[in-house]
Amino acid sequence: MKTELIIAGFGGQGVLSLGMTLAYAGMLEGKEVTWMPSYGPEMRGGTAYCVVIISHKRISSPIISRFDTLIVLNQPSLDKFEKDVKTGGSIFYEENNIINSPTRDDISIHSIPAVEEAVQLKNVKIMNMILLGSYLELNPILDVDSIIKALKKVLPKQRHNLIPVNEQALIRGAEMVKGYSNQYKYSDITVDSLI
Amino acid sequence: MGQKRLMKGNEALAEAAIRAGVQGFFGYPITPQSELLEYMSKELPDRGGTFVQAESEIASINMVYGAAGAGARVMTSTSSPGFSLMQEGISYLACTEIPCVIVNVMRGGPGLGTIQPSQGDYFQAVKGGGHGDYQLIVLAPNSVQEMANFAFLGFDLADTYRVPVLILADGALGQMMESIEFPDYVVKEHLTDKSEWATTGRINGREQHILTSLHLQPEEMEMTNKILQRKYREIEAKEVRYETLFTDDADLLIVAYGLSSRVSHKALELARKEGLKVGLLRPQTLYPFPSTVLNNLAEKVKKILVVEMSAGQMVEDVQLAVEGKIPVEFYGRMGGMIPQPDDILDKLRKMNESTLNV
Repeated sequence: MKTELIIAGFGGQGVLSLGMTLAYAGMLEGKEVTWMPSYGPEMRGGTAYCVVIISHKRISSPIISRFDTLIVLNQPSLDKFEKDVKTGGSIFYEENNIINSPTRDDISIHSIPAVEEAVQLKNVKIMNMILLGSYLELNPILDVDSIIKALKKVLPKQRHNLIPVNEQALIRGAEMVKGYSNQYKYSDITVDSLI
Repeated sequence: MGQKRLMKGNEALAEAAIRAGVQGFFGYPITPQSELLEYMSKELPDRGGTFVQAESEIASINMVYGAAGAGARVMTSTSSPGFSLMQEGISYLACTEIPCVIVNVMRGGPGLGTIQPSQGDYFQAVKGGGHGDYQLIVLAPNSVQEMANFAFLGFDLADTYRVPVLILADGALGQMMESIEFPDYVVKEHLTDKSEWATTGRINGREQHILTSLHLQPEEMEMTNKILQRKYREIEAKEVRYETLFTDDADLLIVAYGLSSRVSHKALELARKEGLKVGLLRPQTLYPFPSTVLNNLAEKVKKILVVEMSAGQMVEDVQLAVEGKIPVEFYGRMGGMIPQPDDILDKLRKMNESTLNV
């Protein structure tokens, strides 16, 4: 099984670190992973992104043009990447940062008010982890425990005091989508990515 | 083997070089290779080496020239415009048979170009690059793991043959993260003992060692060249490295290196799902080029597609190797654009169709 994600937003929203945490957790579970960041001028246009691939087998290309899931934190990124989600795939977007919602009807779309939740948890920086919690609840490709272990690697030592609030954020994100299901079963959407 | 780590290609290469016993790193920052220099600046001084941020790439390569000439295991790294600046120094290093490792994390050109990944430095890398009749051993990694592996290999090859070794990567390989395990590596003393030729001072009145690339007598200069050429023939015979995928039953063969080979591998997977018999040859050494294996494959496959992030440079070496036996086509993107798997797949479909029509 192979999962191909793109995570996109403004610089500073935790886009790259969200992807890195996923990749690290995948590695800790013994999977093959790639994390490809944008580092060029597109970042200045508000579409900083990273592509994460997690697979049971050797990963051919870290460069791909279609994705199982888009996790998106701002409008320019949604406008740019909505069309690149595979049929049957899903979009998780941060509600307060998106004015024009996604319009596709062949994918599952989840609007997550992550900023509000982050404010309630008294740390706006963990907005990205709330989205990750929602994503993992509906797409359990990795254990939440692995994510916590990964955070210990991704966060510098002096920030390890933030791990409990990150854990809370993951739980809150999961709770927010509990009961919902992807419109398409997860097993259906990976046909294209089983190679 | 140690535990798995998640690292950027640039960082993995730097860490591997330190484990390979690099004693000196001389460099100048340039995107997209700066993490390599940053890693070295942070780690190398604490681990027994010397880090110098030079004032330019020209200074960097000449610091390499001096330190390597004194027998130290040293390296530099840069990206395309910086690599152009280094050519004079590299020519001197080649002529004086001084071993070192040079890393070029390519970006789009010509000129200052862009910071996005490219493979536009192919000619400059594999055809010498500077003036005169010389070659570098050119290693082309296509994963973070190989970025590290080729650092170890690069130093060993450099010291074995007394040649500069170039690790030719690109911006994407430098910036991306993958899981990596560092192999167990022991510095081989017979390779790092350079007392036969290094300019270390005439201790105990030993015979003078001279490293120079200036030989005004043409007879002498030709002799220097002959020694180099003999060495290159030996390298061509012994050091060709490549990987093949699905070549056994292939009708169409993709030839690609570095990041292009990863994207081509994906295109191959997509094509195989459609029943197209596609194989892949990936040179791991661009010099020496796997010409013989390619020539043999040309007896089996019907057509070749070369995929590069350039206007098509390696395609010339492929054509030379194939000797006109079968058609060689090309697909590439330039200036920092990366070929997409779907675009390569389209090209493969068209090639397959015209093969059936023949």
